[in-house]
Amino acid sequence: MATPTTHTTSSVGQAPHPKSFPPFESHTFASQLVWLTITFVILYVLMSKAALPRIGGILEERRGRIEGDLAAAERLKSESDAALAAYEKALSEARARAQAIANETRDKMAAEAETRRKALEADLNTKLASAEQQIATKRTAAMANVQGIAEQAASAIVERLIGMVPSQADVSAAVSGVLKH
Amino acid sequence: MADPIHQFEIIKLFPIAKIGGQQIDFTNSALYMVIAVAGISAFLLGSTRGRAMVPGRMQSMAEISYEFVAGTLRSSAGSEGMKFFPLVFSLFMFITTVNMIGIIPYTFTVTSHIIVTVALALLVFVTVVAYGIYKNGFKFLKLFVPSGIPIYILPLVTLIEVMSFLSRPISHSVRLFANMLAGHITLKVFGGFVTMLSGFGLVGWLGATLPLALTVALTSLELLVAFLQAYVFTILTCIYINDAIHPGH
Repeated sequence: MATPTTHTTSSVGQAPHPKSFPPFESHTFASQLVWLTITFVILYVLMSKAALPRIGGILEERRGRIEGDLAAAERLKSESDAALAAYEKALSEARARAQAIANETRDKMAAEAETRRKALEADLNTKLASAEQQIATKRTAAMANVQGIAEQAASAIVERLIGMVPSQADVSAAVSGVLKH
Repeated sequence: MADPIHQFEIIKLFPIAKIGGQQIDFTNSALYMVIAVAGISAFLLGSTRGRAMVPGRMQSMAEISYEFVAGTLRSSAGSEGMKFFPLVFSLFMFITTVNMIGIIPYTFTVTSHIIVTVALALLVFVTVVAYGIYKNGFKFLKLFVPSGIPIYILPLVTLIEVMSFLSRPISHSVRLFANMLAGHITLKVFGGFVTMLSGFGLVGWLGATLPLALTVALTSLELLVAFLQAYVFTILTCIYINDAIHPGH
């Protein structure tokens, strides 16, 4: 690229160096190129075989780890959500079942009590009716007895008072008249 | 005043061999290349030795470098371009490191020599052309024939495309070389002002504060340039690789 610069050796103190512009001194090119090749090839090999795979591996591993952790967290969260939902469902089901059982029991008890009450009532009614009937018969019997006793007593009293036995029909009529009052 | 060019001189440390009439020496440039490669390897391999799930500072830096270059390459050349990742990563780390080392006073900047940047640019150029032809065959030439251009100006556009393609390695290498060279010369000139002015007694000492402040400011600017030029070289490499993979515009 640059021809060897043949400067007129300027006299600024530096006798051993012919004054020229160092980047264009072509006699140094070969050494620079050789060493650039050697060092750059070594650098390239070290980078491509050792350093870059290692750093890439570290980054990849970290990314995998973070993604794995995030996925695990996500999975655990969904699991806990599902567990919570299941728990709430079970709770509401149990509550509904308890409600149903309570209702059923209450209804059954009420129905039972109702039937028992009705049976008792009927029983009492029949007993009452029979008792009333009994009372009525007893009373008519008693009333019949009362009339007979009254008639006997009346005829006995009349006999004592007047010395003669009144007729059965008169006594009967008189007693009936009194009893009617 | 100190010679601002002196810092770019290639100093022979010891001779190695003579190949085909060319003397091969171990020079200061070679020494800094070796230092850079050793430093990069020690940094990347040493910091990741633990393969820590939670990275420390050094491992974090290694991972950031990896992801930075990988992101740059993937965004401009797609996932298919990732097969060139070792090359692009090596280029980025090498250029960044030698540029950064060059900021340190008394060191040598490998990329301030055009032969080095030309070699790196030609490496990219040859890789792009070789892979483009290997991958696309004759269709690689579509790179020079943009679609949707009226037929009467197509020859002109194609000529321009060919010329711009061929000038790529030149601009690719000269940009890096010139930035490094100019920055270091500027730093040296302002540094030279400081020493020169301080030779004039008290007034000189006071006057030297201005170039000293400028030197400090320029050093931080050069840090930015050192990184930025390495990044520019890398992203242009990624764009050229993208052309090799997808030659149709």
